[in-house]
Amino acid sequence: MSRKLLLKNDHVPGIATLKTYKENGGYTTMEKALKTMSPDALLEEVKTSGLRGRGGAGFPTGMKWSFLAKPEGVPRYLVVNADESEPGTFKDRYLMERIPHLLIEGMVISSFTLGANSAYIYIRGEYFYVSRILEQAIDEAYAAGLLGKNILGTGYDLDIYVQVGAGAYICGEETALLESLEGKRGNPRIKPPFPAIAGLYGCPTVVNNVETIAALVPIIELGGAEYAKIGIGRSTGTKLISASGHINKPGVYEIELGLPVEEFIYSEEYCGGIKGGRKMKAVVAGGSSVPILPTELILKTAAGEPRLMSYESLGEGGFVSGTMLGSGGFIVMDEDTSIVKNLYTFSRFYHHESCGQCSPCREGTGWMEKILHKILEGKGTLKDIDLLWDIQSKIEGKTICPLGEAAAWPVAAAIRHFRPEFEAYVTNPESIKDVKHYYRLNPTV
Amino acid sequence: MVKLTIDDIPVEVPKGTTILQAARLIGGDVTPPAMCYYSKLKTSGGYCRTCIVKVEQGSEKDPRPIPKPVASCRTEVAEGMVVRNITSPENLEARAGVVELLLVNHPLDCPVCDQAGECHLQDLAYENGKEETRFEFERREFDPIDIGDKIKLHMNRCIMCFRCVKVADQITDGRCHGVINRGDAAEISTYIEKAIDNDFSGNVIDVCPVGALTDRTFRFKSRVWYTKPVDAHRDCDKCCGKVRLWNQGEEVLRVTARKDQWGEVMDNEDGSTAWICNECRFDKKHINDWTVEGPSEINRHSVISANHYDTLRNIKLDTLRMLGGKPHGEKVDLGIGALDPNNQHKQ
Ligand SMILES: Cc1cc2nc3c(=O)[nH]c(=O)nc-3n(C[C@H](O)[C@H](O)[C@H](O)COP(=O)(O)O)c2cc1C
Ligand code: SF4
Ligand code: SF4
Ligand code: FES
Repeated sequence: MSRKLLLKNDHVPGIATLKTYKENGGYTTMEKALKTMSPDALLEEVKTSGLRGRGGAGFPTGMKWSFLAKPEGVPRYLVVNADESEPGTFKDRYLMERIPHLLIEGMVISSFTLGANSAYIYIRGEYFYVSRILEQAIDEAYAAGLLGKNILGTGYDLDIYVQVGAGAYICGEETALLESLEGKRGNPRIKPPFPAIAGLYGCPTVVNNVETIAALVPIIELGGAEYAKIGIGRSTGTKLISASGHINKPGVYEIELGLPVEEFIYSEEYCGGIKGGRKMKAVVAGGSSVPILPTELILKTAAGEPRLMSYESLGEGGFVSGTMLGSGGFIVMDEDTSIVKNLYTFSRFYHHESCGQCSPCREGTGWMEKILHKILEGKGTLKDIDLLWDIQSKIEGKTICPLGEAAAWPVAAAIRHFRPEFEAYVTNPESIKDVKHYYRLNPTV
Repeated sequence: MVKLTIDDIPVEVPKGTTILQAARLIGGDVTPPAMCYYSKLKTSGGYCRTCIVKVEQGSEKDPRPIPKPVASCRTEVAEGMVVRNITSPENLEARAGVVELLLVNHPLDCPVCDQAGECHLQDLAYENGKEETRFEFERREFDPIDIGDKIKLHMNRCIMCFRCVKVADQITDGRCHGVINRGDAAEISTYIEKAIDNDFSGNVIDVCPVGALTDRTFRFKSRVWYTKPVDAHRDCDKCCGKVRLWNQGEEVLRVTARKDQWGEVMDNEDGSTAWICNECRFDKKHINDWTVEGPSEINRHSVISANHYDTLRNIKLDTLRMLGGKPHGEKVDLGIGALDPNNQHKQ
């Protein structure tokens, strides 16, 4: 059994309520932080812990926090990114739904560290029922003096607001999120300035993922140095993985970073192997935007080393033979899965979600979707495969926000690793007729 | 002051200058094309990505290259920066990619577009585009919309540069002009097709780099290269009253603001921008309404006018004759280089 830090109490009945949460040690870490530690000391713990952002990019959290500008007389904000819209990712939902107080406790510690007196949770529109769970937990916390004015008699004030988005993937991009939170159209901002200098309402702001902020609780509870011992190398601590696809036990798992991929997929503790005893074909390891890898490359690196669930190991080999940990959206595909169909699904999504601000993403995502559709209809040509490759290369790196890359990478990786399958679609569409849909319209099937 | 090089040409500019502005100081071919940036509009730029350049060395202090192409219009210079535009084949290739993408949904209806001849997208495509399209699907289509009785919006031609939105935001009061929908379904819209009811709304036409926003009072009257531009002014209590008339014989077919070599509305003497009001633009269509100063310097020149160098020059001379005037100072400069399409920014 690997160590659980975030989900250690997720199955305790009633853990969503303040009473049960407190009975299980809840809010003691926050009390310790507020009463016995200074913001500077807390920041040092975060830096020592080696915590990296859990929203996708893996940027060191301590470093990000130390960039926060602190001009006199200007408020600072903490914004929690609960937009969670990356296909294949559903861990933040689980955490907020099950243990909302863990997020709130983490937010108080983080806000105190950053010197913020207002904090926001921006949650995706489809999670409206989760927003109610959060609101309820926040109300409880206010009533118990854990939020609001003079928290636990320490003189520290914090208000938390929940803002429900309208269901746009792009509002998960931190600056689009801030625009949306300000009541504007959710278009990513052109950077610089970064939010740490000019974020919400032009004030210094830290935007972090739900899981990142929740991890503050175990970090301060254990101490940064102790937390850093968990995991492997620069991938410290634990990570929530949303496991889905053709596995026996889909769900949200907390793993210690460094767990071998093979163990994660095949052990009974986690995914429990491939459904129906079939063979695995490919894995998208970190949410729909990271490169897909075929079985041989997800289990072992090109150099033959076992692949581990860590930022470094999954990234080993760059995009030629590696991928990214991303948001931890782990999608497993069995041998019957059509990579082309899967890619079409992804491309359709990015086309639909492009905000339309910059030309390469606005025009390129639609074009790629159309070509993939044509290939799926059996009308594609070999030239179309090269064209797809060319279009993705014209988008990548030339856009305002990383959605452009998120749209380009899956196309590049699918062609890189599964080109023969694309060729089969265009040269002999009949031959792939029996490939079953992995994408079902009814998600409960 | 900050020293940097662009395509190996050294230039020194004040701190805070963008790469694009620095390149404009050098002028000529090293200046990247800018479809969305507009120096007179705050927060413009960054959208179209045509102005991308390669930063080979970030600065003297941190000589690492910037891994991705940067939008020169939104990137500030740094001491010791090494920028490559036309001396980087990789950069030109990347720009060609952006141009191709800008054109995939463009209707290419230049033959019936009033902007043809002075369209920045035509110039851009001519200089950086490919000869054939690889896009074989149906293009995105919108119905043309009348924004009031003076302005026409052809959304099909829009490149989403956001300039008109910024004009509506910054020049007119009461903002009701913006963007609706998302991605390639995004469109410029006024609040339920409501007219932009403001004395300065017509300026959206002047900032639009393509034929998406055009002057309904000029609609289908003439191709621009058959009209003769002269600079003129009148006493106006709303705006500076300094305009450019586009004439055919005695008839004023169109009135626009005066634009500089980058296609932007010029400055007044006091440094403010010479935006013009709707009365000057739409209602003063008689030559007697105006005091004519002389023929305009055609700084921007399009693919079409370049191919008609002789014709254009004759038009200029015609204009002079019509006005019975002499060349107005240095303004009549029609060096052949000025009209060479490969030489767009040389003036
Ligand atoms: C298109 C797009 C969508 C994103 N969606 C999310 C999201 O839903 N949740 C999230 O935490 N981060 C998302 N991100 C990443 C955020 O921009 C940001 O990096 C993150 O919230 C920072 O938090 P972290 O450092 O704790 O990971 C997205 C980024 C992009 C470009
Ligand atoms: S990359 Fe796409 S989503 Fe991001 S700003 Fe550009 S158009 Fe919008
Ligand atoms: S209508 Fe013209 S000015 Fe407005 S966004 Fe489109 S191209 Fe730009
Ligand atoms: S001019 Fe720089 S991005 Fe458009």
